[in-house]
Amino acid sequence: MCRLALKTADEPFSPYEVLSAMESMQEGYDGSGLGLLLRGMEFEDFKYNPRFPILSGIAHTEKAWKKLTEYMELRGYELKYDHRFHMQPELIEAEDRHRYFMRAYRIPIAFRDQSDEIRDAELLRTRLALRKLATQEDNITIFSFYPDVAMIKEVGWPMQIGNAFCLHDGQIKSRVCMAQGRQNTNYGINLNACHPFFLQGISTMTNGENTAFVPIRDWLVGKNIPGYTGYQSDSEVFTHILHYTLKKLKLPLQAYKHIITPLNNAELAKHPQGDFLAGLRLACKRLIIDGPNAIIGTLPDETCLLVMDQKKQRPATVGGREGVWAIASEICGVDAMIPDRDPSLDFQPMREHTVIIPPHRKELEIWSQYDPFPLPLAA
Amino acid sequence: MVSVRSVSVTPGSLTPTDLLWIIEHREDRCTLCGQCTAVCPKGAIRLAHMRQRVPKLDVFNKKRGNDYRTFTGIRQETDPAKLCIGCGMCSMVCPNEAITPVAGTNENRTVFFQNLKGAPMTRGGRRNTTGPTLLDKIMFNRISMLTDPALDAGRHEFTTTTTLGRILSPEDFLERTLNGGWIPPSREIFPFIIGSMSFGALSPNMWLGLLQGVAYCNEVLGIPVVMCTGEGGCPPWVLKSPYLKYIILQIASGYFGWDEIIRAIPEMQCDPAAIEIKYGQGAKPGDGGLLMWYKVSKLIARLRGVPEGVDLPSPPVHQTLYSIEESVMKMVQTLSTAFQHKVPVYPKISASTSAKSVLNNLVRNPYAGGLMIDGIDGGTGAAYNVSMDATGHPIASCVRDCYLDLAAQGKQNEIPIFAAGGIGKNGNVAQNGMAMVMLGASGVHIGKYIMQAAAGCLGNEMNRCNVCNLGICPKGITSQNTKLYRRLDPDKVAERVGDVFMSINTEVKKIMAPLGRSQSLPIGMSDAIGIADKAAADRLQIRYVC
Repeated sequence: MCRLALKTADEPFSPYEVLSAMESMQEGYDGSGLGLLLRGMEFEDFKYNPRFPILSGIAHTEKAWKKLTEYMELRGYELKYDHRFHMQPELIEAEDRHRYFMRAYRIPIAFRDQSDEIRDAELLRTRLALRKLATQEDNITIFSFYPDVAMIKEVGWPMQIGNAFCLHDGQIKSRVCMAQGRQNTNYGINLNACHPFFLQGISTMTNGENTAFVPIRDWLVGKNIPGYTGYQSDSEVFTHILHYTLKKLKLPLQAYKHIITPLNNAELAKHPQGDFLAGLRLACKRLIIDGPNAIIGTLPDETCLLVMDQKKQRPATVGGREGVWAIASEICGVDAMIPDRDPSLDFQPMREHTVIIPPHRKELEIWSQYDPFPLPLAA
Repeated sequence: MVSVRSVSVTPGSLTPTDLLWIIEHREDRCTLCGQCTAVCPKGAIRLAHMRQRVPKLDVFNKKRGNDYRTFTGIRQETDPAKLCIGCGMCSMVCPNEAITPVAGTNENRTVFFQNLKGAPMTRGGRRNTTGPTLLDKIMFNRISMLTDPALDAGRHEFTTTTTLGRILSPEDFLERTLNGGWIPPSREIFPFIIGSMSFGALSPNMWLGLLQGVAYCNEVLGIPVVMCTGEGGCPPWVLKSPYLKYIILQIASGYFGWDEIIRAIPEMQCDPAAIEIKYGQGAKPGDGGLLMWYKVSKLIARLRGVPEGVDLPSPPVHQTLYSIEESVMKMVQTLSTAFQHKVPVYPKISASTSAKSVLNNLVRNPYAGGLMIDGIDGGTGAAYNVSMDATGHPIASCVRDCYLDLAAQGKQNEIPIFAAGGIGKNGNVAQNGMAMVMLGASGVHIGKYIMQAAAGCLGNEMNRCNVCNLGICPKGITSQNTKLYRRLDPDKVAERVGDVFMSINTEVKKIMAPLGRSQSLPIGMSDAIGIADKAAADRLQIRYVC
């Protein structure tokens, strides 16, 4: 079972803090990978404009690197910043890592004054096009391409990878940091199987295994929506379901939990919008997950969320204080990230809850599926 | 040497060893009570008077001679019209275990005479092939072991229902909710449905027992089982009862019983579960329903609106419309309208290499509530043997192809596919059904299995019994003869229906729990199944295991 940690704070902090939390939950992963997502970026040597999309990934060979940089230029992206990690390559187990990159671009002129939707679509198209540039010999791995978000994924032990990238040097900081220490399960050890998964600003990471993965994947793939690809891990569907809920169905965030773990008939009978939710359950039936899972996610506005599957067999916990909050798959992870909080105010969500850390970070919001659904059309 | 002329030899002369079933009779146990001959549905055995020679020796006069005694015993008929069907009723009624049919081990010579008077063999039952079916060989082998512990089938909450009826895409659902559009009707039902067996094919007691059992499953056990009527209409008291909601009304090419149904609509207390439009049947694809004259009793004639005692062959296709596409479209729409668009309407077709084109037609028909596909191993009350044995398409690959086709269009949630034809053929009903579900079916129809399990139908795939077409069912399941169907107690049938569905429900959970599935029926969970047959695994796109 993978270990998950998320920290969000008003003041940007080093991702190394979150990696130390991973250390405290070490029993739960096997060194088969680490994934990091940073949002609300701050670079020590560059005044970053949060509208610049950041391309994160790995060019596995020199040729791949050349292809990638040329392509970006050709597509009209103007390089504004190229982050150079102070690497300790001997700590990286894999050998085909020519260059890790984290590069901020100015979006092509044609898209600058367009709506977010159009710009997001362009960024995704670029990311998919870069993916297509990759070949067996000259591989390119793209983790994300989005404003104010950077990602790192690597095979190995979390702390070791943190050291390899010298993440403790304060070069990179962020207001939100998600980390996953991977426990390899049914699917092979693969860079692309590391969480968090990312699509157009929406990111989630999960522990446990979603046994309904294959039917959900088949349904998502059948929708033919750009970006619904990959699926090296059963957990990638959680990201895409969240993306589908918010961006395609344009439903409020509350709908996510109603889609992945709908209420049963008896509960819906008592719910003020029971008819609507029963209809939604039916229409989204193939997206019902089968955990046990704890799903931790972040959205472009820096909202953080935590939900459990219906069986609620995971002990994920949220805790913190005004201005700084942490979510972890185990309570010791929260302790490690925010030791100076009142632990009696920690919260472990039950099957019906969605825990929200809003962008203002003043207090937690806890939504219940039994609450009225905040959508006029559902009334 | 006996003279040739004294031996009666005709082309059809057979001896008991030539037969499929041979009566073993022990004269030392027989009390000549006559119960076996009275009960035999075929008249295959008779009391016969026989003469036996007894040697008579006159020792003193040194003479040898003969004496004769006569005795009465049971003898088997060899006339092809009266062949033993192996039902075993004789042995069931014999007080002394003096008689029983045994399967003949010699080659079955009777097959060459099943065309007397130019009439090919007709029968009830299903394809006569024995041994494990493909579905029997499918294993559930994606067992939760590491990060997703297997569940406790006894204590955990499981959702074991499925949806019957058209489901909108999430986008359409939201759009119509917002603009007050029509949301197609659907039903949450148990995925094992009692398949279409008509009132006419089944005896009144069998039908009543099934309905009672279904009502008990719904109202007491909380298992939402539904049953389909088949082509023969539905008794008016059921149409006007609150039990109609457990019934799928079938309309087929003979339209039998639909006068009554249409007239009853204003008086219905509730809507039926669904309407099934039969275009084809797995056991006899391309052939219409057939109720032979033996079974058209006064009651059945009244219900179907026909004269008594006439054959009722339905045409192979719906005759009133020009093309099948138009027929499907118009009938689906008309029936949906008749029930004010509040009842799911779906077609039933025979499994066929052309099933996908029907399916794709339905995808574009907004009123179509699903597709039911019936495979070659499906049962029937009456059909030509050649249709049953050799015509049709196995269900597994047909449903799999259709599911994958829907999945490629992202429509697998919108049109549920139901499968039938050989589910539970060897008794493994839950296993067979769940294998179909994981291949992509939303549920399965079971007919023959229900007759066997709930009423003790004696038919099997060694051509035992299988006389449903003749109205002489020894158990009273498929007979309209009062004397025969009174043997069947509807209360006992209902009790067995309850037993069967409780047990299926438990087995479904026992299958889902180790897979870590409990939140929804694992439709299309093809990663969970495997088979030790490479060709089948490749064809079905599932895992080959050995």
